[in-house]
Amino acid sequence: MSVASTDNAISTGRITRAFIYLMLILFATFYLLPFGIMVLNSVKPLSEITGGNMMSLPQVFTLEPWFKAWNSAQIGVEPTGLKPYFWNSLKMVFPAVTISTVLGALNGYVLTKWRFKGDTILFGLMLFACFIPFQIVLIPMARVLGFLGIAGSTPGLVLVHVVYGLGFTTLYFRNYYQVFPTELIRAAQIDGAGFFRIFWRIMLPSSGPIIVVSVIWQFTNIWNDFLFGASFADLDSQPMTVALNNLVSSSTGVKEYNVHFAGAILAALPTLLVYIVAGRYFVRGLMAGSVKG
Amino acid sequence: MVDQTNSSVAMAADYATPTAVKPDLRTRLQNLIPKLVLSPSLALILVFVYGFIIFSVYLSFTGSRILPVYDWVGLENYEKLFRLRHWSIAIKNLGIFAGLYIAVCTAIGLGLAILLDQKIRGEGFLRPIFLYPMALSFIVTGTAWKWFLDPGIGLEHTMHLWGWESFEFNWIKDRNFAIYTVVIAAVWQTSGFVMAMFLAGLRGIDNEILKAAQIDGASNWNMYRRIIIPQLRPAFLSAFVILSHLAIKSYDLVVALTGGGPGRATEVPATFMYSYTFTRNQMGIGASSAVIMLMTIAAIMVPYLYAELREKK
Repeated sequence: MSVASTDNAISTGRITRAFIYLMLILFATFYLLPFGIMVLNSVKPLSEITGGNMMSLPQVFTLEPWFKAWNSAQIGVEPTGLKPYFWNSLKMVFPAVTISTVLGALNGYVLTKWRFKGDTILFGLMLFACFIPFQIVLIPMARVLGFLGIAGSTPGLVLVHVVYGLGFTTLYFRNYYQVFPTELIRAAQIDGAGFFRIFWRIMLPSSGPIIVVSVIWQFTNIWNDFLFGASFADLDSQPMTVALNNLVSSSTGVKEYNVHFAGAILAALPTLLVYIVAGRYFVRGLMAGSVKG
Repeated sequence: MVDQTNSSVAMAADYATPTAVKPDLRTRLQNLIPKLVLSPSLALILVFVYGFIIFSVYLSFTGSRILPVYDWVGLENYEKLFRLRHWSIAIKNLGIFAGLYIAVCTAIGLGLAILLDQKIRGEGFLRPIFLYPMALSFIVTGTAWKWFLDPGIGLEHTMHLWGWESFEFNWIKDRNFAIYTVVIAAVWQTSGFVMAMFLAGLRGIDNEILKAAQIDGASNWNMYRRIIIPQLRPAFLSAFVILSHLAIKSYDLVVALTGGGPGRATEVPATFMYSYTFTRNQMGIGASSAVIMLMTIAAIMVPYLYAELREKK
C-alpha cells in the first residue's frame, strides 16, 4: 500500500506556496466549470440561455427542464422522456455488476490460492481481453446474440457486459488475494475445510475493500457504456447513454438546451453518487492493487 | 505448489475421518473443483474474445458487405482500406489526438500530483474535484463541452457579452482545429485519474532518501529531477498504457462532441469502423479496420502484460 508515508520532505517558500495554491485553484475551476455551468443552466428557462449569458445566475428559477427531460422529452420517435431508459440501464447494470464481481472473486481465488500449471498464461489471456478494442468483437457479437435469441434485449447486454468486465474483476481480486496469507488457507485445509468453505468463511469476509473497487468499477463502466448499448439494444432495452445521445443530437425542432443539460445530469447522477459516496475507497483500492500490481 | 500440499492435506483429513470410503476419488474431486470454478469464465473469454477475434480477422479477408459471407478475397480489403482518404484522415486524427492526449494528460497529471503533494491544506477537498469527471460518461462530457465550446452560445459568446469583442474560439466549427477540441474534452475527463496514479506513486517514495539529499544541499528542482521523477517510472508506464488504449478505443466522446464532423474532420478509426460496418455496408473493410486497431493495441499491451506477469512469478 502506498499510504505508508503521506508526508513529504520537500519544503517550500511563501511565494512558491502562493503559486501552488493559485495553480490548484485554477485547475479546480477548469474541472468544475463545464459541468457546473451545465447545472446552472439546467434550471433556467430556454429564453435566458439563448438570449443571455451562460455564466449568469438564473433570473427565473425553474425545474421544468428537469421534469421534461425525465417525463416527456422526445427521445427518438416517442415523447417518453429519459425515465424508461433510466430503468433499462438499472435493469442491465445490477445483474451485470453482480455476476461479473462474483465470477471475478472466484477466479482471483483460484488463480492465487489453488494454482496449477499454466495458470499465469490463462490469467494473461483474461487480462489482455480487458484491453481489446471492442470494434473487433462487434460483428460476431451481433450474430451470436441473434443466434442465442437475446439480440436487442437486456439479458443480451448483461451477457456482453459480464464477458468484457470479467478480465478487470479477475485482475482486481487476483492482485488483492495475492498478498493474502496462504498459511491461513493451509491451516483451514488441515482442519478439513474445502474449496468453497474456505472461500466463504476466510476469503470473503476480508474482501470488503476489493469488492468495493470491483463494484464501483463495473458500475461506472457499464452505466457509462455507449458502444454496446448503441450496437446491441433496441427500444425496450436502450440504456441511458444512448437515449441521452438521441435526445441531444436530435435535429428536429428547437434545441432545448436546458432540457439537454438536465438529461445529461440525470445520466451522470448515479455514477456521481456512487463516486461521492465511495470514491475514496475506490482510489485507495485501485492504487493498492490494480493495473500496477 | 499449493496443489501438492492440497492433496496431501486432503489425504490427512481423510485419515482423520475413517468414514471416507474412497479417499482417492474425493481427493481427485477436491483438486478438480478449482479448475471447474474457473472454467465458465475461461470458456466465455475464449469464445467471446479470442473466438470472435479469429472470426473478425477471417471476415477481413472476405468480401462481406451487409452480412458476413465467406468468400476469400485475400488482402483486397486492406488494400482498399489504405487507399481510402477517409481512413487516412482517421489515422492522422488518431495520431494527433493520441499524441496530444497522452502528453497533456501526463503533464497535467504529474504537475497536479506534485503540487498536491506539498502538504496542501484542503487536499481532501481538491482531490475529488480533480477526479469527478472520471465518473461521467463520455456522452455527458461531450454534451457539456459541445455546448461550452459552441461559439454562438458558449465561451465565445460569453466573452463578447463581457466586453471582450475580439475574443474568438470557434475550433469546434473549424475543420482544421476541431480535433483539438476532442483533445480538450478528453484531457478534462481523464487527467484527474492520471493525477491520482502519480500521487499514489509520490506517496510511495521513501522520505529518508529525500532528507539525505536535502542535507547534502540538493535544491527542490534537483530532487524532483534526479530522485523523485525517475522513481515514478512504473506510474509513467501504467499511465501511458492506460491512456494509449483509451485513445485508440475512444468512440463515444467523438460521437457526442462532434459526430465525426465538421465534415470528416474528427473521424477516428473507431467511428470509421462503425460507419463502414453498420451504415455503409462494407463489412469486410470495417472488419479490416478493426483488425488494424487491435494490432495497434496489442503492440502496446502484449509486451507490457508480459513484463508485468513475468515479474510477479
